[in-house]
Amino acid sequence: MTVTFPQKGLPWLLLLPQLLVTAIFFLWPAEQALEQAFYQEDAFGLSREFVGFENFIDLFTDPLYYQSMLTTLFFSFSVAILGISVALLLAVMADRVIRGKLAYQTLLIWPYAVAPALAGVLWWILFDPSMGPIALWLNSAGVDWNHYLNGNQAMILVVIASTWKQISYNFLFFLAGLQAVPRSLIEAASIDGASPFKRFWTIVFPLLSPTTFFLLVVNLVYAFFETFGVIDATTKGGPGQSTNTLVYKVFEDGFVGLDLGGSAAQSVVLMGIVGLMTVIQFRFIERKVQYS
Amino acid sequence: MYKFKLASVVIGMSLAGSALAATEVEWWHAMGGANGEKVNEIAKAFNDSQDAYSVKPVYKGNYTETMTSAIAAFRAKQQPAIVQVFEVGTASMMAAKGAIYPVHQLMRESGQPFDESTYLSAVTGYYTSSEGKMLSMPFNSSTPVLYYNKDLFKKAGITQAPKTWQEVETTAKKLQQSGVSCGFTTAWQSWVHLENLSSRHNVPFASLDNGFGGLKTELTFNGPLQVAHVKKMGEWQKSGVFSYSGRTNDGAAKFYSQECAMFTESSAGYAGIKRNAKFEFGVTELPYWEGKVKQPSNTIIGGASLWVLQGHSKEEYKGVASFLSYLSRASVQADWHQFSGYLPITKAAYSLTKGQGFYAANPGTETGVTQMTTGTPTANTKGLRLGNFVQIRGVIDEELESVWSGDVDAQTALNTAVKRGNALLRKFERAND
Repeated sequence: MTVTFPQKGLPWLLLLPQLLVTAIFFLWPAEQALEQAFYQEDAFGLSREFVGFENFIDLFTDPLYYQSMLTTLFFSFSVAILGISVALLLAVMADRVIRGKLAYQTLLIWPYAVAPALAGVLWWILFDPSMGPIALWLNSAGVDWNHYLNGNQAMILVVIASTWKQISYNFLFFLAGLQAVPRSLIEAASIDGASPFKRFWTIVFPLLSPTTFFLLVVNLVYAFFETFGVIDATTKGGPGQSTNTLVYKVFEDGFVGLDLGGSAAQSVVLMGIVGLMTVIQFRFIERKVQYS
Repeated sequence: MYKFKLASVVIGMSLAGSALAATEVEWWHAMGGANGEKVNEIAKAFNDSQDAYSVKPVYKGNYTETMTSAIAAFRAKQQPAIVQVFEVGTASMMAAKGAIYPVHQLMRESGQPFDESTYLSAVTGYYTSSEGKMLSMPFNSSTPVLYYNKDLFKKAGITQAPKTWQEVETTAKKLQQSGVSCGFTTAWQSWVHLENLSSRHNVPFASLDNGFGGLKTELTFNGPLQVAHVKKMGEWQKSGVFSYSGRTNDGAAKFYSQECAMFTESSAGYAGIKRNAKFEFGVTELPYWEGKVKQPSNTIIGGASLWVLQGHSKEEYKGVASFLSYLSRASVQADWHQFSGYLPITKAAYSLTKGQGFYAANPGTETGVTQMTTGTPTANTKGLRLGNFVQIRGVIDEELESVWSGDVDAQTALNTAVKRGNALLRKFERAND
């Protein structure tokens, strides 16, 4: 059924608030970034020089930029995959709990309310090489934990700190997805003698695939663009370049380094990546997912 | 008639109000915690001392955030009259000629008495033009010193604080034999172990007098002295003489927990160490390499200064000038110096503090001042004036970390840092030429 409006003006009027928000907070800044990317300018905006594609050329001839791209890809997929698998495990477990179900579920959802920067600080304290409880425990177990020096350990730290929050979010979706799986299917399978493990992989998991797909997209976007707070609070992109993701680099170059042109060029590249990700999602992957 | 009366009363009141209201001067700063409260106290004392002007301090976050917000505000024409900018932002501020109101000019044009020779040149030198004119007012300046744990020293049978890096090595080894796991750690590695290492040995950090001579400056910190020092630090990291603990001052935790017995950190870290150290500690001058320099030169400063921004009324600038004069008073300076551990900026404040017996009662607090004021600053020790320096420090941090982790040798790392840093300098030159 389609709802039709008698006159042309009303739908626009109803859309107006959303359109205004989009225009002011998304389109206008995007346009500004696009413009800025073709200029080199001093921080105070006292002089400005049109440089054409030079900011982009600088970017794409910089080996560190490619390194940052690889870092970002590795980081994002680690966060998405870890977050999804842990959340799925927890959701399957929570789904089976009968007594105190609500309390259990609420506790698992809680971390989502923690601000990213705070989550970062929390993990930073836990892993601090000289006073963090986890680091001290690792040291006594023979692991020389020092994320100030060891790039791989720094990466592990930011992945854990970024994933932790996201697990709650994923958990919520998986739990809802699990509750939508028809009991009759599972019961039929168990009558046929399928083990719990087999029932999960052949019935539950395929039926969860729309949820999993959705979460993969959301988690990747989250890891790409929203983990700035965690990285800033824990490693600040270091040691060396080991946790310097694309978004963190935009901040570093733009806000700390005051290189507005170079930072804007990076933002434009990021906008391109977002566009590309959206196209891939809906063109290629979504078709392969079963929706019912 | 009644309405008319009311209106005249309202108008009269508002006229009276504007005549009585003090001109407000906004001051954006980056001093959090106890220092932030002290800043409010200083502003309040100034406001109470006269009724023409009212200084309003606004905390804007850390140094980077404060500078970035002031710049953003300037672009939106909402800038404060005074902003506190950290030392690495100096070149960016200086180059923004249309945005800043040089302090010497402000003082002259506002008719405030201002004698540049009363200030400590080692402090103001960082903020003066090549003609020797003060562009900004130093507010909180510090310099790196060596803190050491007296209890651990005693346990290891060490009676003397190390003066040279050679002695630091032997001392650390003795400490390790007595069961201490780490000799020393550091805060702000680029500032202490490259910038101040260079000035202490009177070696240039960058060409054209460390950038004071113009925008065409190039980095030169990949010379033999710096490479030798960084190489040694890399070896020390492996043997435990040195232990790296991050880019800022997180190393303090290792010093407090007595994991590391020595700590190279800002003289302004004194208050924090005094509060947190559960042991006797001493303060000594930043070590130097014996044989590389006969008499170590002065160290250079860190910290921040107050910049006056363009775009305000003449009346407001009079207020700014009178506030800056107030800040330079010996009593105000001495109080701030003694409270925060930052260096005094005038000779009078230094001698006042000495006369009050503060240094005798608080051993170690004078170390920074004497170290800063040794000899006359040379072209290599006056300070650094490099554009995009915040980013360059980031590059140095990254490259040093690759030496500490053993991935790259010292010479290669410093060569890369110089190359990457020079690219940033050229970018700055282009944007500001």
